[in-house]
Amino acid sequence: MTDVTPRVRLTGITKSFLGVPVLHGVDLDLRGGEVHAVMGENGAGKSTLLKVLAGVHRPDGGTIEVDGAPASFAGPTDAQRAGIAIIHQEFTLLPHRSVAENVYLGREPVRRMQVDRRRMVADTRDLLDWLGEDGIDPTDAVSSLSVAQRQVVEIVKALSTDARVLGMDEPTAALADHEVELLYDLVRRLRERGIAILYVSHRMREVFDLSDRITVLKDGRLVTCAPTGELTPEDLVRYMVGRDLGEYYPDRAAPGDLGPVRLALRGAGNARVRDLDLEVRAGEIVGLAGLQGSGRSALARAVFGVEPFTTGGLEVDGAVRRVTRPRTAVRLGIALVTEDRKGDGLALRQSVRDNTLLVRRAALGGRRARARSDVSRLLDLVTVVARGEHQEVRFLSGGNQQKVVLAKWLAVEPRVLLVDEPTRGIDVGAKRAVHELLRDLAKRGVAVLMISSELPELIGMSDRILVMHDGALAGELPAGASEGDVMALATGHTAGAAA
Amino acid sequence: MTWRPRLAEGTAPVLVVLLLLLVGLALAGPAYDEPSGYLALLKRAAPLMILAIGQYFVIVSGGFDLSVGALVTAGVVIAARLIDGDESATTPVILLVLGFGLLVGLVNGLITTKLLVPSFIVTLGMLLVLDGATFLWTDGAPRGALSAAFRTFGRGALDVPLLGEIPWSVLILLAILVAAALFMRSGTGRALVAAGDNEAAVRMSGGQVDRLRLLGFVLSGLLAAVAAILLGGFAGVSAQVGNGLEFRAITAVVLGGVLLGGGRGSVVAAAAGALSLEALFTLLNLLGVSGALESAVQGLIIIAAVAYASLGGGLRQRLRTRPKQRNTVQPAPS
Repeated sequence: MTDVTPRVRLTGITKSFLGVPVLHGVDLDLRGGEVHAVMGENGAGKSTLLKVLAGVHRPDGGTIEVDGAPASFAGPTDAQRAGIAIIHQEFTLLPHRSVAENVYLGREPVRRMQVDRRRMVADTRDLLDWLGEDGIDPTDAVSSLSVAQRQVVEIVKALSTDARVLGMDEPTAALADHEVELLYDLVRRLRERGIAILYVSHRMREVFDLSDRITVLKDGRLVTCAPTGELTPEDLVRYMVGRDLGEYYPDRAAPGDLGPVRLALRGAGNARVRDLDLEVRAGEIVGLAGLQGSGRSALARAVFGVEPFTTGGLEVDGAVRRVTRPRTAVRLGIALVTEDRKGDGLALRQSVRDNTLLVRRAALGGRRARARSDVSRLLDLVTVVARGEHQEVRFLSGGNQQKVVLAKWLAVEPRVLLVDEPTRGIDVGAKRAVHELLRDLAKRGVAVLMISSELPELIGMSDRILVMHDGALAGELPAGASEGDVMALATGHTAGAAA
Repeated sequence: MTWRPRLAEGTAPVLVVLLLLLVGLALAGPAYDEPSGYLALLKRAAPLMILAIGQYFVIVSGGFDLSVGALVTAGVVIAARLIDGDESATTPVILLVLGFGLLVGLVNGLITTKLLVPSFIVTLGMLLVLDGATFLWTDGAPRGALSAAFRTFGRGALDVPLLGEIPWSVLILLAILVAAALFMRSGTGRALVAAGDNEAAVRMSGGQVDRLRLLGFVLSGLLAAVAAILLGGFAGVSAQVGNGLEFRAITAVVLGGVLLGGGRGSVVAAAAGALSLEALFTLLNLLGVSGALESAVQGLIIIAAVAYASLGGGLRQRLRTRPKQRNTVQPAPS
């Protein structure tokens, strides 16, 4: 685009781990002033490629050129010296130190045997100014910053090593919805300043909004590399999964499929949510939309007894119930797939089998708790791919882990299923499997309440959509409502704004 | 999905170590040419193995129990004082000692789960309390004597048909080991390990994490009381009988490949760790190494075993993340 010689060119990169090939001759070039997105399903080789670029892994074959000259990285320091820096998903900042101290951590400028604080602060300020970030002061403690601001600090830290190539691994994964725009802005400014950016992401929309070129990997091979303008989302999905996904979502419920009301809230509320009135019937999937912090997850957690309702009533199958802890909820037939599957969904060091049986064993008693003959049937139902029932779940991909979470709930045959971001961070194929499974469960008479930040998913899956704003229900929309309608309710602009 | 018999994660090394030590014993000492030598070893190791099994329940659910050594001493001293040579007092006193162990475990567990004090601190405090109370009560020199019936469990043997004389302690150990292994295969046992791995996941699955943890402490206390009964019979009454046993039990559990902090490991491996430790000390003794080195050796083992677990874990992970996965069965929707 701008430069003729790419900043970095990887040619024919191959990499195997213990004889299992992960990358087969992948080419990639990064130009100054360009955002180059890399997409692919989990396990396609994206992160390995990123690590080769960062000098973490040494490629078995192929060449790396920096500014046209051959290079070889013995470790991350070499890559850094060549001007390559990676922003990882997990931040590496020390919360109780200032921004400047974090930026220069381990590389503090020294003057008369002492850390030269003045210079550290001044240099950090220069970099922040250069980026156009005036909301952050170099002397602020990192703990006082928002997640998005911390990301800026990570980037400043990378730039302070004179990085001219930035690799970003799922940079929006940790951000709230309104922070994503800020990141977009930042990425665009970096591009204007001639930085080459490698952008790894699952999110289709981000990639189309931001990138200049897209490279798609599948099973460690380069499928395509094309300017973003020449690709459509459908093309991309086809390249990534290697097959046409056809229509995206399973059919909705017909009016005759709906059964009795399984879950009802009557003016329920607690410290986070208020005046909730809703009904979910057997056989339907009700979408719950809202911005981060609007009370979507708080609603699910209240129904499940994690932070119980303090006012109003909760009815399960027509009977008024008091649910003050998850155990009670589970025994009433309520299941919650939480948004943080590693944090509170799975015991990662336990086997696929033990996790599948976890709810049954932990919450039920007697003979039902001992039943374990149907594990393989459950795992087939959710189409888990694992080396065996005894493989620890931490070795599974995100999509397969999520399927195990679903299997553990299917094991107790819930009547009300609450799912919070059921497809976050999982690949396209697994996403589709989860969607089909949810619809299948609804058909079998489960009442499903689905929370999702991904509007196309929410709209595609739901039989009707409830929108939350500021701890209360802002309104209800029919199946197939537009994203504009949902956002209008979610942001509090009840009138207009229909796209 | 495949079904194949398998060892729990981290179990294999301890079995190899144990085998090497047993072979070493056979080469080093004439007493280990025949089964009776190994039976004697097992008899000597039984109290430690039982302590290790108890300690396992606490460690695998994410805690520590430092109070078991002091509990063993207290159990022996109480029994000696209350029995004071009176044969008829044997049964009630045994029940009392078991009840005392259970009570101490219950207190440890309740303070840990309800008052949210880390178990390391709770049981360290309990160690000091029990030590102090024992010292106060005995003035440093335990009084009384155990009855012959009481001592039978630690010293005597049962004539089992076909097998000959099998020490009571070995029979008790085997019964406990089998029960523990079966328990760990049960739903509650698996939930106990899961609670040590990810407390939040168990709670959000409707589990009662506090009760599971409490159960671990109660079992540890109860088994410490059993160990006290065996040790009282085997070694006799002294105010030092339980000294350092808590660390020895923790070393054994760690040697068995159980992850400190919880979430992984097998109870059989923990017991094998205890047996290995005892075999090692026996071997060192046969080789003429000073007994004074025991604690130093133990210290090295605990550091090495934990280092192996951390390093080896990373290595194993790297070996396993990449292998080819089986192709998926396509979903059959609706």
